Amino acid sequence: MIFDAEVLQITLLSLKISALATSISLLIGLPLGTLLALGKFPGRSFFLSIVNTGMGLPPVVVGLMVAMLLWRSGPLGDLKLIYTPVAIIIAQTIISAPVVTGLTAAALQSLDPRFRLQLYGLGASRLQMITSLWREARLPLLAALMAGFGSVISEVGASMMVGGNIRFQTRVLTTAIVLETGKGHFDLAIALGLLLLLITFLVNWALTWIQQRGARR
Amino acid sequence: MTSPLLDIRDLSVTRGGKPVLRIDALTITRGDVLAVVGPNGAGKSSLLLTLARLLHPEHGKLIFHGNPPQSESDLAYRRRIALVLQDPLLFDRSVYENVASGLRFRGLGKDEIRLRVEKWLDRLGIASLAHRRATELSGGEAQRVNLARALVLEPELLLLDEPFSALDPPTHKRLLDDLSILLTETQITTVFVTHDLDEALFLGDGVAVILEGELRQKGTPESVFTAPTDLDVAAFVGIETVLPGRVVAVENGQVTVGVGEEKIEAVGGAKLDQRVYICLRPEDVTLWEPAALPTSSARNLLRGQIQQILPHGALVRVMMACPFTLVALVTRASIQSMSLAVGAEVAATFKASAVHLIPRGD
Repeated sequence: MIFDAEVLQITLLSLKISALATSISLLIGLPLGTLLALGKFPGRSFFLSIVNTGMGLPPVVVGLMVAMLLWRSGPLGDLKLIYTPVAIIIAQTIISAPVVTGLTAAALQSLDPRFRLQLYGLGASRLQMITSLWREARLPLLAALMAGFGSVISEVGASMMVGGNIRFQTRVLTTAIVLETGKGHFDLAIALGLLLLLITFLVNWALTWIQQRGARR
Repeated sequence: MTSPLLDIRDLSVTRGGKPVLRIDALTITRGDVLAVVGPNGAGKSSLLLTLARLLHPEHGKLIFHGNPPQSESDLAYRRRIALVLQDPLLFDRSVYENVASGLRFRGLGKDEIRLRVEKWLDRLGIASLAHRRATELSGGEAQRVNLARALVLEPELLLLDEPFSALDPPTHKRLLDDLSILLTETQITTVFVTHDLDEALFLGDGVAVILEGELRQKGTPESVFTAPTDLDVAAFVGIETVLPGRVVAVENGQVTVGVGEEKIEAVGGAKLDQRVYICLRPEDVTLWEPAALPTSSARNLLRGQIQQILPHGALVRVMMACPFTLVALVTRASIQSMSLAVGAEVAATFKASAVHLIPRGD
């Protein structure tokens, strides 16, 4: 392995895939978590418990489900997505969306329910009420984002199963570590592991900085 | 000329399937402060939420400016009013941002927002706090921000839900004084919910009493506090002496009521032989040492023994047996100067005009 170029490519691909999956999870989880926290509809607590169960979905089970769907003979086989970065993004989104959704719902439910009345009483529209609550819960919402990113940057099972760990195409940091360990290249595996830790730390440090800047404001 | 801003007709509100409020008719006059009083859980807050269109009535009408409720959306209506809840519930932002929030919801321009926010921060004496984080303020400061956040909207109707109940007495008094001045100056029509009768007397141009989810009485503070329409209202507004009696004489508007062996003079409309309750506020009763009784214009004089002496804030409640129990509210200085003690002989006088009669159904 040519350390500099290939490791850089693997690192960037890992970051790109996990960032995209987390962003999509945010687009799904923020409105869905808000609906579950603030909405009044039958079965709300049932859906909440489904989401909470989803927060602990084993990545290999997600990998298996997505692989079966995208397999060439599977229902979505014609899309030819198996062993592509898109397949990994789909799997990682399924892993992180419940995390973001569940933590968004918890963040909003931790606010005083009378906040809603107060916002309406000051003339807020429904959308203004919701965005004001998001702003009020910005610290736990950023924590939800961090947890969502953390759940996918570190997972290996799903990426391996639906991405196939193909060199220069779908090899990400975690799958590369598994491969190098399997080949007995512990030095390289350790280096990649440290790199993964560093990236996780840097992303979380940046998000924590944003979060704590918000806390001081 | 005063005209109604809000007319409530045949209102019935339920929460979680339970009826919580029933009002046949209530008019809120433009520019007035209506104090809504009642014990906790009586339905006062439900009234306020209904007036803010945050609770929708089972049936009945809220006619605003003579227009039926369907004439504008809930949002459009809410942007003409402002609601202040019991706890400040300030946003975790600066004081300035908190006060500006309602104006931003209405889409006002930056310059106008700045002008209005600065004006109201100044009027509430919190201009120096503008850049402080709202969640780090003291209780009194936070409540001032809460009021500024509503008053900056210059609403047509201001709804206040016990905003001062959690404050210490000096802060409470200062805020009440300031609010009274601001409401007089701005002439904002206000509905002020409280369980504190002193607040209601101080702020209200009118008082409405809600008990067990029902509007029992509405009138001037004077009429509600001295002439309650039923025994529940009498008990709530602090009338402690309530005695069953029968009218034994009526002459030139002067009514004599027999209560046991005693005769009590009252003023008002009652028929001969009518069964009534006599209501007497404790602060209308004057106590005397029997030997020092002066010639007084008070028509009623009762003699008895002190049963109990209890502290009541800065004053003292004295229970006297004569033979029924009569309650008087006197100063601590009076207790000392008259050497009043449990078991001592005492005389009580009160004016006929201080006696209020409620017809007795039984």
